[in-house]
Amino acid sequence: MKIARFGLCLLVLLMVPGVVPVAHAHGLVGKCFLPATLAIDDPFVADELSLPTISHIKTPASSDSPATKETDIDAEFSKRLSPNLGITFEGSYKILDQEHDKTLDGFDNLGVTLKYVFFKNPEHQMLIAAGVGWDVGGTGSSEIGADSFDTVTPQIFWGKCLGDLPDQVEFLQPLVFTGVFGVSMPTRHGTKTVGVDETGAVDIHTTANPSIAHWGFTVQYDLYYLQSFVRDIGLRAPFNRMIPLVEFAMETPLDDPQTAGQTTGTINPGIIWFGRYVQIGLEAQIPVNERTGKNVGVLAQLHFYLDDIAPQIFTWTPFHGVLGPTFPR
Amino acid sequence: MASSARRFRDSVRTAILAVLLLVPVAAWAHAFPDHSEPRVGRTVDAAPSQVRIWFDGAIEPVFSTIRVENASGQRVDKGDGHVDAKDNTLLETNVQPGLAPGKYRVFWSVIARDGHRTEGDYPFRIK
Repeated sequence: MKIARFGLCLLVLLMVPGVVPVAHAHGLVGKCFLPATLAIDDPFVADELSLPTISHIKTPASSDSPATKETDIDAEFSKRLSPNLGITFEGSYKILDQEHDKTLDGFDNLGVTLKYVFFKNPEHQMLIAAGVGWDVGGTGSSEIGADSFDTVTPQIFWGKCLGDLPDQVEFLQPLVFTGVFGVSMPTRHGTKTVGVDETGAVDIHTTANPSIAHWGFTVQYDLYYLQSFVRDIGLRAPFNRMIPLVEFAMETPLDDPQTAGQTTGTINPGIIWFGRYVQIGLEAQIPVNERTGKNVGVLAQLHFYLDDIAPQIFTWTPFHGVLGPTFPR
Repeated sequence: MASSARRFRDSVRTAILAVLLLVPVAAWAHAFPDHSEPRVGRTVDAAPSQVRIWFDGAIEPVFSTIRVENASGQRVDKGDGHVDAKDNTLLETNVQPGLAPGKYRVFWSVIARDGHRTEGDYPFRIK
């Protein structure tokens, strides 16, 4: 039933672009282009579709779960509501291949994020955005561990390109940094599980739902920027549109006595290629410590620039009307 | 398990179909520079008579501009920047004859056919 409900949500989301058009430039601040990153959210609001983002990594055994090969297949649709305000809907299908146990699969909870870019400086190629994420409890499958309660995550995003460095250090100008920090706050602090033990007595077990700090950053080297604005080093397609990068995606539980401060996460070296309508990304997922795992995973994404693919559709925003062809960006 | 896998396959098919329906709607995008003469950041032996930038897509003649400045910020182009009549991906301008050795910077701004604006600048040197 929940799968059908979630499938209906996804279908509605996929229909939205055809019903409600949008518009605007994505990922450009001054002459610096920032791609949509795979592991952490980028600071832009945009009209984009990630379909699919596929992640595969083996997680270690814990006290209450066996070692698991986890495969996530995500879809994410972002729409601009005004030039600086955007909304994102995200869904994920999980396949949990548990060691010495049955394979579980199902949809995770629907995620909704509202983001607002409140600072943008094209001259210094910098922007800052604030957002709030909502993990809609009960929309996913409890079999794969989707929470039955809502989780709210206030976040801050930033991006800075180094194109304003002096020409003496011109080869540093294509460097780009982005980052995110947020704290997910569950609306239920503990989940009670009622069972019967071997003696027939009722056993009530409470699992803590801690607040978790989600933080991360990316370091990128934009070969397009190098080639077009700094020095033509003779790169041709497809290399002149490649962005080698490393993403750091971390989580730190905050208020659970047993796990507080125990950071997990991955360091993801990889590459993004961007074209006129799509971008493709591929990264390795290297666990940052043994708590996260010992095996390297993989992360891949196909990403569509909806405002470039269909500008005549995506030229309308509910709070800013139609963005005309000479709208200052 | 089997039925949920089938439902998943159906969802993926639906998603792919939705994307395929969206993609052919149009073929426009931001115009990004592809290459230029003189080349970005390079040193040329002789003073050029023109500065030319090729983009990866068609650009609008009315809204596209190009200018060239010397190290002192003085304009050294002839103010006749234009999109080539035969090649709508080429933005070019003539520059004053006999430019002195030194560093120059090209400033450009273009609007792609869909209205997306991109802009930038780059240096080159004359030996």
